[in-house]
Amino acid sequence: MKSNAWWRALVTRIWLLILLMWAAGACAQSRILATPGAMQLEGSAGGGLVPWAVIGSYASEDEWGASAALTAVQVNDFSLTQASVLLGFDERWEVSYAHQTLRLGNQGAADLAQATAGAFPNLTIEQDIFGVKGRITGNLIYGALPQISAGLQYKINHNADISTQVLGARSTRGVDYYVAASKLYLDALWGRNILVNGTLRHSRANQLGLLGFGGDRNSAWMGEVSMAVLLNRHWAVGVEYRQKPDLLNSVREDAWADAFVAWFPSKRVTLVAAYADLGNIALWDAQRGWYLSLQINN
Amino acid sequence: MAFLMGRKTVLGFVCGLLLACASQPQQTTLYQRMGGEAGVRTIVDNFLYEVGDSALLRPLFNDIDLPRFRTKLAEQLCEISGGPCRYSGDNMTEVHAGMAMNNRHFDATVTALTRAMEAAGVDVASQNAMLKKLAAMHGDVMRETIAPE
Repeated sequence: MKSNAWWRALVTRIWLLILLMWAAGACAQSRILATPGAMQLEGSAGGGLVPWAVIGSYASEDEWGASAALTAVQVNDFSLTQASVLLGFDERWEVSYAHQTLRLGNQGAADLAQATAGAFPNLTIEQDIFGVKGRITGNLIYGALPQISAGLQYKINHNADISTQVLGARSTRGVDYYVAASKLYLDALWGRNILVNGTLRHSRANQLGLLGFGGDRNSAWMGEVSMAVLLNRHWAVGVEYRQKPDLLNSVREDAWADAFVAWFPSKRVTLVAAYADLGNIALWDAQRGWYLSLQINN
Repeated sequence: MAFLMGRKTVLGFVCGLLLACASQPQQTTLYQRMGGEAGVRTIVDNFLYEVGDSALLRPLFNDIDLPRFRTKLAEQLCEISGGPCRYSGDNMTEVHAGMAMNNRHFDATVTALTRAMEAAGVDVASQNAMLKKLAAMHGDVMRETIAPE
């Protein structure tokens, strides 16, 4: 458990980084308000669940920018907290890091202890995700082409024992590859701008990797979609849907969906609140609840 | 509550809706919704204030004839929004030649124009309609920047 303390210290550092970024003031912020989206659960620029083709931060061409976010998800039997940072360069490259911590609620811990005959009395899973994304072609707003980007997320699960020993996962590390296309359609519906994103992901991650990688089936191609309506410059509402690999025979993995509200009071701050339906996770069915994310951009 | 309303009330409401729909949208141009000649003039002036506040955009206006720019931009906004004007300036590629513009300048210009319209009291739908027309010029404005690649 030495590593746990280390990670907690790191999350604290990301908190401090957020404060520091706030205090340090803005640098390059030429892009249009709301167009970098938010930072999704795995730390990449996107919505809440889905990485988009947009490059994170407000950095446009010849600029760089940083963003940091703290995210909490509370569903029936779990909580997932996440701290993440990303750098965007030239509206071309994005590198990101996210640290996730999954904790079981009291009832969940009791269920788990019973199911494993006391072998796993409680469970905390820590996972690191290193992401890279590059814009291949097109632009979110200008021209006929959508913005098309490709990215990968390298995931390291630090507490995969239960997944590899009990559930049948093959390994503790894995890489997701994805291609995403995003377009903002101006004046598209009732005079509002609409963002549409589609992402195709190759993954062997069970429940983002929190339940290890691979299993009875080795990997799968997954489709993910997001749609958002920008009510005005500062507010957006939208929905997301994300297919999940479901590689393990021991436990079912369902597709995820959410409905979100995003607030962009300025280029410095992004706030996302969502209601998410995560379906079945390991022993627990119908996991639904809240998603909250606070992001600071430099 | 709804079932307590008399049929006449409901009928009146539906007719009202139909009338509102029938009489409103077709006849007003974007130009009119932006406040006509006075509205466009306010937008142009607000835009110039925004440019003055922007360290990125201000240098692009160093060598230009500001009164002429003010007239031509008003003409252009008027024409593309369906107003009774004819843009008499140079085409977008010529105007922006030699400025070494890239997307950061274009993005900053979009933001400046959005804020200019917002400050002029233009509603969101009309702002977006205008931005759509502006975004459509991206290829022409950036031709010099895009071409050499």
